[in-house]
Amino acid sequence: MRRYFRRKLLVYGLTFFVAVTVNWMIPRFMPGDPVASMVARANMTQPQAVAAMRAYYNDLFGFDQPLWQQYLSFWGALLRGDFGLSIWLFPTPVGTVIADAVPYTLALVVPSVLLSWVVGNWFGAYAARRRVLDNTVLPIGYILTATPYMWLAVLLAWGLGVVAGLFPVAGGYSFSMQPTWSWAFLLDLLHHWALPFLSLFLVALGGWAIGMRNMIIYELESDYANYLSALGAPSRLIRRYAFRNAVLPQITGLALQLGVIVAGALVTEIVFAYPGLGSLILKAIQNSDFFLLQGTFLFIVLGVLIANFIIDIVYVVVDPRTRAGMAGADA
Amino acid sequence: MSLQVSDLRVHYRTLKGDVRALDGVSFDLADGEILGLVGESGCGKSTLGKALIRMDGRMRRTGGTVALDGEELPIDDDRRMNDFRFRRVSLIPQYAMSALNPTRKIRRLVAELLRSRGAAVDPAELESRMAHVGLPPAVLDRYPIELSGGMRQRMVMVISTLLDPSLLIADEVTSALDVSTQKAVARALLGFRDSGYVKSMIFITHDLALTHHIADTIMVMYAGRLAEKAPADVIVKAPRHPYTRLLLDSLPEVGVRYADRRLDGIAGSPPSLLDPPAGCRFRDRCPLAGEECGEDPPVTELAPDHHVACWKA
Ligand SMILES: Nc1ncnc2c1ncn2[C@@H]1O[C@H](COP(=O)(O)OP(=O)(O)OP(=O)(O)O)[C@@H](O)[C@H]1O
Ligand code: SF4
Ligand SMILES: [Mg+2]
Repeated sequence: MRRYFRRKLLVYGLTFFVAVTVNWMIPRFMPGDPVASMVARANMTQPQAVAAMRAYYNDLFGFDQPLWQQYLSFWGALLRGDFGLSIWLFPTPVGTVIADAVPYTLALVVPSVLLSWVVGNWFGAYAARRRVLDNTVLPIGYILTATPYMWLAVLLAWGLGVVAGLFPVAGGYSFSMQPTWSWAFLLDLLHHWALPFLSLFLVALGGWAIGMRNMIIYELESDYANYLSALGAPSRLIRRYAFRNAVLPQITGLALQLGVIVAGALVTEIVFAYPGLGSLILKAIQNSDFFLLQGTFLFIVLGVLIANFIIDIVYVVVDPRTRAGMAGADA
Repeated sequence: MSLQVSDLRVHYRTLKGDVRALDGVSFDLADGEILGLVGESGCGKSTLGKALIRMDGRMRRTGGTVALDGEELPIDDDRRMNDFRFRRVSLIPQYAMSALNPTRKIRRLVAELLRSRGAAVDPAELESRMAHVGLPPAVLDRYPIELSGGMRQRMVMVISTLLDPSLLIADEVTSALDVSTQKAVARALLGFRDSGYVKSMIFITHDLALTHHIADTIMVMYAGRLAEKAPADVIVKAPRHPYTRLLLDSLPEVGVRYADRRLDGIAGSPPSLLDPPAGCRFRDRCPLAGEECGEDPPVTELAPDHHVACWKA
């Protein structure tokens, strides 16, 4: 057991290391000179002043150092929780910019992942026993999973937002509002949250429902189900076993799908101009703000890795087979 | 009389038509009797076993009756048959090694199964029966996946007989085991009968020699019909049906089971059960076949308890 977690931690640690390195590299070799763009934005004409400003920024960001030193100090700053200053929102620290955006992304991803998983599993299990439902759920499920996140988002924004006018199609809250802890503002938040949430929820839902339906059918045809039926056990008991055993692979599925769902969430945010990490990435790219880009990527990678680790733990707790396998490996 | 099967006909519905897997089979099973059921692959042994406890979705009874302890079994009424399952008729399936839900500890699994059938676990009794097949009580706190295949199978044997059924059907329980384990399982089954855990038993197998060790009576089936049924010693020493004789000839020496010698040493193959030809079904392969074999040979009792379906027996 301990060895299993040590191995997992090592894999996640390595992933993180590679991710950090790649994240450090990509923006640095990306076309576009951030300092030049900053200087340009400052609208200065005198060459001397421009040179001075250049030097100032280069010093601030550490561009004058050799690459390896930049890399090392990058790690040092990272471990201190210092992602640098945003260029786009200069001189706000990247950490602050991300912290402002994270609640929006979490508010989208966490409920849509958990709810789609729970509802999808429940729906799939239910469909597996009702022929009529099965014949409708299955095609709808396949259509939903096959739909790209962006596509469904655009469709919903157009249908429910533009045409029906039921929901706003952009932003986290109305421009006319100031963030406060008032009911009016919370309602406004919810109103803006509904469409991006719905599009994430729906796409994920189809996949879980189909997976669960297939797993349940497989479990109901398994030897233990046959044996129990032969002994006259009520189908209630058999279904309970089947459901539990079918949910287990769905947990692994959750771990595998998490990255995809988060990526989907980022795209969806962009479609709805929702002020989460996805929109931040877009802004960072548009403004060649690679500190912000790095910070956001790292934050996402770290979040997905931690979530995966939690799912690993849950899986080991609920499935005796993995525990038995581990005991065998340890012995 | 524990079990009375008369003229039982069970067909499989398929797209090509009905497969007549059981085509008029009659036999009796006395209290305390162990019946060994042998025959080539596809002759309908499992179909008979399934018909007595739980027919699958494609099986249809097209005729005949089954009575257990004088009461007729509603074999094609899934709902009503439930009252008999486990309590009166039980099964050790061919897939016994994978018959337990892998994610439940044995203790809980047994408790949940018994509770669902309105019975309670008697821990002392359970442990003593486990001891009977050499399983320590600690097994109860393990998951099925933590047990060896043989242990799982023995656990299934204990579970299946926990409610002291009248009839136990053991379908190929020894096929997947090595020779010494086969003997142990056969001994355990005999012990079950002798301790009164089960009243009578149908032991389905390919292995004529092993059957001879444990069965009181042996029934040989051929292509969905009974060929010969007699006390085990009589079948082995004085068989009357040509098919039984060929089966025995294909074994090197009676009572000894040579590795992997199966009942397949007879040239030719049985007729299709989709649309079987009229007359004796063994005719194409029978060395004695003659004119009269174009008609169905009736099952006749040549000597007390010795039934044969052959014109020339
Ligand atoms: N589900 C099914 N659908 C159609 N035909 C079937 C089905 N199951 C069995 N049969 C046919 O019924 C006949 C009897 O099958 P059964 O399984 O009873 O044979 P068996 O004697 O148990 O053979 P084995 O020794 O291989 O287990 C065979 O001809 C087989 O092809
Ligand atoms: S009835 Fe005829 S064909 Fe059939 S077994 Fe007897 S002799 Fe052979
Ligand atoms: Mg069989």
